[in-house]
Parts: sequence; C-alpha cells; structure tokens
Amino acid sequence: MSKLFPAPLLSLALAAMWLLLNDSLSAGHLLLALLFGWLLPLLFAPLRPQRPTIRHPLRIARYIVRIGWDVVLSNWEVTWDLIRFRAKPVRSAFVAVPLDLRDPSALGALAMVTTVVPGTVWCELARDSHAVLLHVWNLEDEATFIAHYKRVYEAPLLEIFE
Amino acid sequence: MNALPLWAEIVVGVLALASGMFALLGALGMTRLRTFFQRMHPTALVSTAAAWCVSLACVVYFSVTEGRLSLSYWLIVVMLAITVPITTTLLARAALFRTRQENMPGVPPPLHTEHTDFGAPH
Repeated sequence: MSKLFPAPLLSLALAAMWLLLNDSLSAGHLLLALLFGWLLPLLFAPLRPQRPTIRHPLRIARYIVRIGWDVVLSNWEVTWDLIRFRAKPVRSAFVAVPLDLRDPSALGALAMVTTVVPGTVWCELARDSHAVLLHVWNLEDEATFIAHYKRVYEAPLLEIFE
Repeated sequence: MNALPLWAEIVVGVLALASGMFALLGALGMTRLRTFFQRMHPTALVSTAAAWCVSLACVVYFSVTEGRLSLSYWLIVVMLAITVPITTTLLARAALFRTRQENMPGVPPPLHTEHTDFGAPH
C-alpha cells in the first residue's frame, strides 16, 4: 500500500485537482485522475527525501477553515488600518517567535500560512529552526502576539505532523 | 447565454466591486507606506481578499449560467495561497540581507542558533 501510494493525501489532491481543472466527472477524466493521482507521487517520491508523516488528516480540514476565517478577519483589519493610516499610523515591528516545530514540511506549511494571512510575513528562520523572525503589520503587545501565534497556528501543525 | 436572475446579478456585482476595491486599496497602500517591510502587507490584500472575491464571483456566475456547481475557479485561490508566500518570503529575505549589509537601522540582527554548531551540516 505505502509502496503503491507513497503519499495518499497528495494522490487525492492531484486527482481532485485534475477533475476540477477539467470541470467534469466523465469516465475518461475519472480514469485520468486516478492515473495521475497514482503515478505522479510515485515519480516525484525521489525528489522528496523527507517524507512528512501526517497523523490526523481530518484536523487539516479544521485548520484550513480556521486559517480561512483568520484571513477574512485580518483582511478587514489591514484594510481598516490602511484607510485611516494618516490619522493613526500602525506600529509595525519584527518579532522573533520561538518555535517547537522541527519537521521541515510542517515548517513549510507554517511559513505558507503565516504569509497568506495578511498582517504577518515570514522573514527568516534560524539555522536550527528554534525561532523565526516575523514582520508584523500592527503589533500591539509582543507577548500576547507570540502566545496567540503559537496557539492558533503552530499547535495544530504540531498535532498534525509530529 | 442564459440570463442571470436578479439576486445572482447583485451578488456577482458586489463581489466584483469588492475585489476591485481591495486591489485599489492594496495599490494605494504601496504609495502611502514608507518602508519596504510595511509595503509587504497591503499586497496580501490583493492576493487574498481581492482574489477570493473575484473567484467567488466567478463560481456564482458560472454555476448559475451553466446550471451546475463549477468550483474550478476556486483553484485560483488555492494556487495563489501556495505560490504567493514563496515570492513574498524571498523578497523579505533579500530586503533583510541588503538592509543588514548597508548597516541601516530598524532591522534586527540574524537569529542565532541555540547550539554552537555554526557551519556544521545538519
């Protein structure tokens, strides 16, 4: 099973993407989707030497919904801050956040999530990945920001990947 | 082409307008802000809020006119979420590097490693 499907979630995502791109559920496209979902992860397995171990696939869905909601909220915040920028400038700052994550794939996911949510940009990871430097659009209190960031974004990834 | 019902016209119109507003605001932010690192943030409005609104407008429009759920436009959002952080982080790293090289203020020093294994492969 694991030899045939080295990355079952990736296979599923590729098949779903093929069907969405063609916007069709015909037998031919279903067959092609199965083929791509099976073959591409096999062909690309040598390019991913460190295969991530994903523990709780269902929690990924919950995490994605949470991120989606946070994107909406922080879009409003950044929009609002931009509109009244002349009257009330924001306090942008660099923040070093200590990390517990070590898995490279999990760190990649965290970097992606951090940068997708408006208001935070992933800038620099320490060489031993014990901390990351973020640039925050509007920093009110450093300690609460770090606690919030670790609880909302890092803790679920720790559960999913490690 | 099928005519759109009124509710769909309103939804699509509002979403398309909202998308334009977010993109305009992101562009305005680029001109208003003074430092490079602050300017990285308004562009996120374009790649998230504006892109989400216009993709949602496409999903509604084509689902109604074709009479079936067509979600393929939502792939744009997924692809943007995967690709945009890569360029943003690259730009941030380049800017950090250059600001440190020129000894300009306002940028923290590089993060040190906890253990003194500098230069050792891991």
